[in-house]
Amino acid sequence: MSEEIFSELRDAVLFFDDEKARALAVKALEMGIDPVMTLEEGLAKPLREVGDRFETGEAFITELIASAQAMEAGAKVLNEEITRRGVNRKSVGKFLIGTVEGDIHSIGKNIVATMLTAAGFEVIDLGTDIPTWTFVEKVKEYEPDILGLSALMTTTMVKQKEILGALRDIGLRSKVKVIVGGAPVTEAWVKEIGADAIGFDAGSAVQVTLRLMEGS
Amino acid sequence: MVKNKPALKLLSENGCDVKSNIVRMPSGLVEEALSKVPSSFKLYSREGKQAYTVGGDNVIYNPGSAAIFFLDGETEEMRRATAEDFRDLVRLTDALPHIHAQSTAMVPADVPEDISDLYRLYLILKNSTKPIVTGAFTIEGLIDMKNMLEAVVGGPEELAEKPRAIFDCCPSSPLMWSDVTCQNLLDCAEHGIPAEIIPAPQMGATSPVSIAGTIVEANAEFLSGLVISQLANPGSVVIYGGSPSAFDMRYLTARLGAVESVMAACASAQMGKSYGVPTHGYLGLSDSKAVDGQSSFESGMGILLAAMSGVNIVSGPGMQASENCQSLEKLVIDNEYCGTAYRLIKGITVDDTTLAAELISKVGPGGHFLAEKHTRENLRKERFMPTDVLDRLSPDAWTKAGSKDTMQRARERAKKLLKEHTPEALPKASEERLETVFKKILTRRRVTANQLPVL
Repeated sequence: MSEEIFSELRDAVLFFDDEKARALAVKALEMGIDPVMTLEEGLAKPLREVGDRFETGEAFITELIASAQAMEAGAKVLNEEITRRGVNRKSVGKFLIGTVEGDIHSIGKNIVATMLTAAGFEVIDLGTDIPTWTFVEKVKEYEPDILGLSALMTTTMVKQKEILGALRDIGLRSKVKVIVGGAPVTEAWVKEIGADAIGFDAGSAVQVTLRLMEGS
Repeated sequence: MVKNKPALKLLSENGCDVKSNIVRMPSGLVEEALSKVPSSFKLYSREGKQAYTVGGDNVIYNPGSAAIFFLDGETEEMRRATAEDFRDLVRLTDALPHIHAQSTAMVPADVPEDISDLYRLYLILKNSTKPIVTGAFTIEGLIDMKNMLEAVVGGPEELAEKPRAIFDCCPSSPLMWSDVTCQNLLDCAEHGIPAEIIPAPQMGATSPVSIAGTIVEANAEFLSGLVISQLANPGSVVIYGGSPSAFDMRYLTARLGAVESVMAACASAQMGKSYGVPTHGYLGLSDSKAVDGQSSFESGMGILLAAMSGVNIVSGPGMQASENCQSLEKLVIDNEYCGTAYRLIKGITVDDTTLAAELISKVGPGGHFLAEKHTRENLRKERFMPTDVLDRLSPDAWTKAGSKDTMQRARERAKKLLKEHTPEALPKASEERLETVFKKILTRRRVTANQLPVL
């Protein structure tokens, strides 16, 4: 029975059907199927497949995002139940993410957050236009394994440097790995500001993050 | 969505429907703003000697901004831009005949972030007389930069009467004004500084994938900025700008060199023209990382079509890797394309002299035109004279001259110009005032002289 639901959920993710994903998630709960398993098998797995196809150039970002949204629609229902039951989804690691101050772009950050969720991370999304000091405070509060800093513009990416400086000043830098992302960000920039890694796009961000986790 | 309190207050007091920070404007208010905004204005050189009309079908090219990378001409490596690279770019721009305005085209890595916007303006004011296209990174940045300009020209009245610089104020697509850029827009209006409103939609990502839909969205962004500026100060100068790009669905990059981006930028400017507002476009740049065939084609396409569309301020020459990298060599090559574009829009003059019917019968069958007075008299009127950056040699001569490609020739010209061209020095009194203001800014921002690069 559960296999059938998983297969239908998979179709909902692959064919961008938010409503169907949500309805199937509700149905799975009604049938008494384990929500953690439904999330993994029915939603996260197919999204990872779309992510792989994006990496090889078979799928475009517009498809990846639409699939991610379908996954999120279903995941919302399942996560509510998971929280209600007080069980924990097995987490690969804790990831704190946000877009730096002065920058209100969110698309790149959101897709990375969803892909990381699909890869098994517990993701805490601070949103956009986040002041440097808020990042520092939240690192203290949540103690994430990895901090992700997004910046789309050449004029705001300097904030990534500022945040790394602030983490160093307060003695938190060694406690968290930092991955930076955004259109203007490069390997050289990562070196210059002393970050740990760069996520070029949604797919590579996940791989790089997993690698960082192995290293930690 | 407007994330700036003073603007929200202004909009709500003037009949807009404001719910939290979402603003809906009555069409009458937009029409009123359009009736007040000037259709053209004059932009002046540093000492106010030369005036450039921004409006009509006049075209002014300036280097694209703001790149964080610089293509090192010696190593052909793309690396972070330094203040010295930027100073070289400013001096080169000062020397190039078809690039009529400067721009704060790079973000130098060796300057403290707090002052990197205004330090670029400082370098331009010291190294060039050409008018300036610029922008601030913060709210205070714009005021400091205004003070620096006032110091150079001799006071706020002179600056408001004869503007030397245009400031970019960019909405965030789709349909948002951040606090900083919106305040910049308000401050420009208050102080009589021309503001360039530049929507930068990435088609398919932050605007519809269709060109028409992108123009609808960018137009709404422009009009919202226009209303804010005209409410703050009726009659203040606003430029209809555009930096549309085709968002690449495979590599997630903003393609500024894509044909759709060029079409959208030109069409956007035509919207501006239909409203009778001066126009701007990011055109003449390329997505290529090297100075090569792709960079030449994409930039040439943008430069020519910008001229044919009569875009008033064209930001792009020198820029590649989308909007990320500046190159002296590319700027030198693009300068030739800009010259070519000016020739193109001059068109074909048709009158008795140019038709030259009498001359043709006088020279007759088998004769030649080389020694004719008509040739000598009309050569310079008819022809755009490129420099040796554009190869015109015979195959033999080209081989003997070292078989150099465009990049090599451009590198040589850039070096030669930088060595031989001395920009006109800032008049003594202006320089003293600028230094005083600049020192005050540094003190207030707690930047010491030893944190600045030695140039």
